[in-house]
Amino acid sequence: MSGRLTKLISTITVWLFALIWALPLLYGIWAAFHPSAFATNFDLFAPLTWKNFERAWTAAPFARYFLNTVLLVLGIMAAQFVICTLAAFGLSRWKFFGAELLFALILVQLMVTPDVLILENYRTLQNLNLIDTLTGVGLPYVASAFGIFLLRQNFKSIPKELDDAARVEGANTLQTIWRLYLPLARPVYVAYGLVSVSYHWNNFLWPLIVTNSVETRPLTVGLQVFASVDQGIDWSVICAAALMTSAPLMIAFLLFQRAFIQSFLRAGIR
Amino acid sequence: MERTKPQLNIHVQGWLLALPAVVLLATFTHVPAVSTIIDSFFSTPHGRRPAVFIGLDQYRTMLADPIFWLALKNNLLYALITVPIAIGLALAMALWVNGRIKGRAALRLAFFTPTILPMVAAANIWLFFYTPDYGLLNQIGRLFGFASVNWLGSSATALPALMAVTIWKEAGFFMIFFLAALQQVPPVLYEAARMENARRWLTFRRITWPLIMPTTLFVAINALINAFRVVDQVIAMTGGGPNNATTLLLFYVYQVAFSFWDTAYAAALSTVLLSVLAIIAILQFFMLDRKIHYR
Repeated sequence: MSGRLTKLISTITVWLFALIWALPLLYGIWAAFHPSAFATNFDLFAPLTWKNFERAWTAAPFARYFLNTVLLVLGIMAAQFVICTLAAFGLSRWKFFGAELLFALILVQLMVTPDVLILENYRTLQNLNLIDTLTGVGLPYVASAFGIFLLRQNFKSIPKELDDAARVEGANTLQTIWRLYLPLARPVYVAYGLVSVSYHWNNFLWPLIVTNSVETRPLTVGLQVFASVDQGIDWSVICAAALMTSAPLMIAFLLFQRAFIQSFLRAGIR
Repeated sequence: MERTKPQLNIHVQGWLLALPAVVLLATFTHVPAVSTIIDSFFSTPHGRRPAVFIGLDQYRTMLADPIFWLALKNNLLYALITVPIAIGLALAMALWVNGRIKGRAALRLAFFTPTILPMVAAANIWLFFYTPDYGLLNQIGRLFGFASVNWLGSSATALPALMAVTIWKEAGFFMIFFLAALQQVPPVLYEAARMENARRWLTFRRITWPLIMPTTLFVAINALINAFRVVDQVIAMTGGGPNNATTLLLFYVYQVAFSFWDTAYAAALSTVLLSVLAIIAILQFFMLDRKIHYR
């Protein structure tokens, strides 16, 4: 009997904790879907409204910011796939001269991420004439140590006999990668893609430094500009804008929870 | 001859395949890291006056710069407080969600969702949450008779308020690693513990805790690295204020480089940040070594 009671108490405690944990977000959602008058005033029968989203959408060029972010994350992902696949294939399959040293040097980037080197990288972009371009925002992230590492681990588990078979069939290296490794490593690409897209959808500091116009600003920077300059303190509209910028990722996450969690997990375990 | 030819081919092909990655990594990681360190020994060029070698002068300035010391202190506090709390909460969440509790899926969703939000979006929602007088936090406080607190506006509470956001955002992410680790613990061990009538705490300490140690270390290292790269919420929520109470290392680098344009001093500050990350890397190296022995 007392065992059941303690269990009930601990269940209630956990649920209470989860509720507190969800509170800031629920509060933001409450404010976004109610008229400003109800933002800090809780009334279960307060009227629901889309107005805050409409106002946010028209008050700043969010459509353009969305386009920029989508182009950015897809561009980075595609470039990462190509560049990391090529490097990972060489490193996983051949003991070429200097391969181990090269791999060690690549791993340095896991620690020294581009956001720590903002100053020098900004100068490099200036020299390349890429300031305020989407290419400039993405370029430092394209050769990702993390991606190379992840793909290399996976390629190593693919039996070498399959390579030989492909070669006997007359396939060259690129054809082998395309026809054999890509299909076999598909789950890893899905995982890496999800992690990469979430990371760059949310990335802030580097795009904040590199972009200074509506045509290049991604959502995160656009939201910050909107919340700090264009807007008074109408919290309902700011909350609506914040939710709007997160919505695509959140909806994707709700739909494919398992895939997301598996991906983060697979990506995290080294 | 026939034997050496494919060998050579492998060397050339290997480097050719790695070439795009090598060029990009060198351009955006290795070369800038080295030139950051070199720049820290020069003066900041102004107009026509080029940078001149000044040895350790930037570092002397740094030692005499109270904001640097404050940023370093704030950042160390940030790491010392957020890392253990985030790990502890993450582990607790994982244990709860892993157990036979009602509504596990909903709980997991509540814990993990903050991870998916962009930090800037989360920061803006938390700004509202912290608003003096009207914010939810103060409204709840008022119910219990507390006076309104300007959480982000006073030096005493601003840094802890930012820490709460970091913990909120990270704990759910770390939870999934603990969840995976817990599911790897052989159930036989728990059955044995039950037969011995071991208490829950003892079971946790003797079985669960040692077996998930590698995960704890991994999560701790990652949390530590993240703690020294915190900047988004500082920019979005406080701008380093009030009175630099929330200035952290990377934010100070950003401020010195892109608001004050004292690039050489920013290089010296970046060098400190790079050193901190290098120390963590060395730490990780030795700890991962231990982990392998453990297994």
